[in-house]
Amino acid sequence: MLERLTSPWSDRRAEISLGAASLLVGAVVIAMIVFVTIQAWPIFEHNGLSWLGSGKSFKEQAEAMQSAGPHPSGSAYYLRAWPLIWGTLIATVPAVLIGLVIAVCSSIFIVELAPGRLRRIVVPVIRLLASVPSVVYGLIGVLVLVPWVGNHVISPHEKESLANTVQLSGFGVGVSIVILTVMVTPIMVALTCEALAAVPNSWREGAIALGVNPVRAILAVTVRAARPAIIAAAVLATARALGESVMLAMVSGGTDFAPRPSDGVTFLFEPFRTLASTIIDFRDGIGAPALKSSLYAFALLMLVSGFVLSVCGYLIKLPLRKYQVRA
Amino acid sequence: MSTLQPYEAPARRPMLHGPGQRSSPLHWRWTDRLVLAMAWGAGILLCLIAAAIVIYMGVRGIQYLRPSLLFSHPQVGTSQSGTGGFLDPILGTAILTLIGLLLATPLAVAAALWVVEYGRPTWLARVVESTIEIVAGTPDILIALFGLTVFQLGLFAPFSFTAEGGGVFGRSFIAAGSMMSLIALPFIYAATRDGLQSVPAHVREAAYALGKTRIATIRRVLMPSVRSNIATGVTLGISRIIGDTAIVILLLGATLRIEPQGSVPVVGLLRGTGTTLTGYIFENSPAGEGGAPQKAYAAAFVLLLAVLALNLLVDRIGRSQADATGLTVAGAVV
Repeated sequence: MLERLTSPWSDRRAEISLGAASLLVGAVVIAMIVFVTIQAWPIFEHNGLSWLGSGKSFKEQAEAMQSAGPHPSGSAYYLRAWPLIWGTLIATVPAVLIGLVIAVCSSIFIVELAPGRLRRIVVPVIRLLASVPSVVYGLIGVLVLVPWVGNHVISPHEKESLANTVQLSGFGVGVSIVILTVMVTPIMVALTCEALAAVPNSWREGAIALGVNPVRAILAVTVRAARPAIIAAAVLATARALGESVMLAMVSGGTDFAPRPSDGVTFLFEPFRTLASTIIDFRDGIGAPALKSSLYAFALLMLVSGFVLSVCGYLIKLPLRKYQVRA
Repeated sequence: MSTLQPYEAPARRPMLHGPGQRSSPLHWRWTDRLVLAMAWGAGILLCLIAAAIVIYMGVRGIQYLRPSLLFSHPQVGTSQSGTGGFLDPILGTAILTLIGLLLATPLAVAAALWVVEYGRPTWLARVVESTIEIVAGTPDILIALFGLTVFQLGLFAPFSFTAEGGGVFGRSFIAAGSMMSLIALPFIYAATRDGLQSVPAHVREAAYALGKTRIATIRRVLMPSVRSNIATGVTLGISRIIGDTAIVILLLGATLRIEPQGSVPVVGLLRGTGTTLTGYIFENSPAGEGGAPQKAYAAAFVLLLAVLALNLLVDRIGRSQADATGLTVAGAVV
């Protein structure tokens, strides 16, 4: 028996055991999707898809769910979550758009313009920004940016204008967008750099040889050729930003207020809540079945949208194959 | 009447974009100059942001970090000076990292070996590959929620903190560690896969020609050559595990101290709840319970130092494998 274990593995046995390990990984992931769907199901059963619509504040709904006890009736599953989805969108979309501009510019800088010595500084800096834990970003946000915005940027007049509905103390859309931008930009920079570097040098050189200045050549040839990959990078960064929970739980303010763009500049100072940060905020209430199910429904929504986004990213990059640019 | 006019040379004007002269940004169109300025500006802006973060955290860290904090247990206290140090969170981070890696490394390496070296049937290999891609894109909060359901099942009750009445909370080092392994797995997988793919085919063919079986080739030829790739993947995985907060808050309980369950030494610890540096920072910030921002700063400084050290380590091991830009190793953004 011992001899069988110590003797060299037969190829067949090795293939089966390695394959079994791989299948285990696959099975765990599929189990993850199934489990989350099962837990989220009651919400879909009682609300259909209308839980994506607008309605009462989530806090009131959550309290109703918690007071319904361990065996809630069907009506306790009532959920309308549009303010949270709206909150997720207003944090994510601006952050990705601002980040995209910064990322494309700095990728051009890193790949084409920066002198070698400077590049050796910028590249580790990007990696550092990408690897700073989200809780550290959140800490800086909540202890530095939020008080600063609350004390110096928001005018007393703006605080008064919303005094009846919500307190403006610095927590809110503006700070969240700024930090989220810093968090998603490195991802886009890395993917964009990869794409720009994959464009053959001779293409750009050809443009320069025709008498165009270097920057125009980069814009018209390199960036243009890598355009699908740049958009795919933005899409992936969006997926990452949608799932950001801890940082947003720290700086978003955690109120049910749905910021109104019609408020003008004040919009940037209004507190809000996103799908992911809500899960963190209500983690203690997970014992109540109805609330638990709604938190899982939020998670499922993030999973599905992340999945759709990554499929989009893949499809967007397909045209690049035509040029045999691997990015 | 047409008398021959003497030839008059045209006034010499500077050649703007002609041959023999380098084009200078001063003579470009304003849009091009704007793009040039924005590119430099964006690059320098990112450097400034990073410098600001590191310097600010460094100043706060040196201000509030005392060596005694690293070696004393957290206490319940009303003032910031009375809340003790963060020995338990540091130990918690170490334990979680260990569990996560012990689970993730063999699985990820095995999956990569199977997909690259065997990979039959093809559709199954593709399924495995895409599921790993799905995990890579899954938010950590969702993985935490998944862990919570799994470990609340009766089947897994022995693995986690159980209340007096038999209620299973699904919170323990085992629960959090096994979910952490899902965070680290895609990095190790991608690094190993890319390493294996970069081994030239003729190396394998030489081994087969010498009469080695596939598995012997893997063990004697391929594994030694992808060892540094695995190391890169593991390091990336560690830096993601120690930076993760959502799983700690939801699955580890984020209690103040490490609280073992039962009296069996190691098993009790693994079944018990605890916290990590990230959980400690979260709980001590205004977002969590509390009002100990100084402790949060000190812990964040320690965490940032660890991340910086891991970054340097990846740089050391992975320099040869980094892609052209040095920003992605093994397809993972680092």
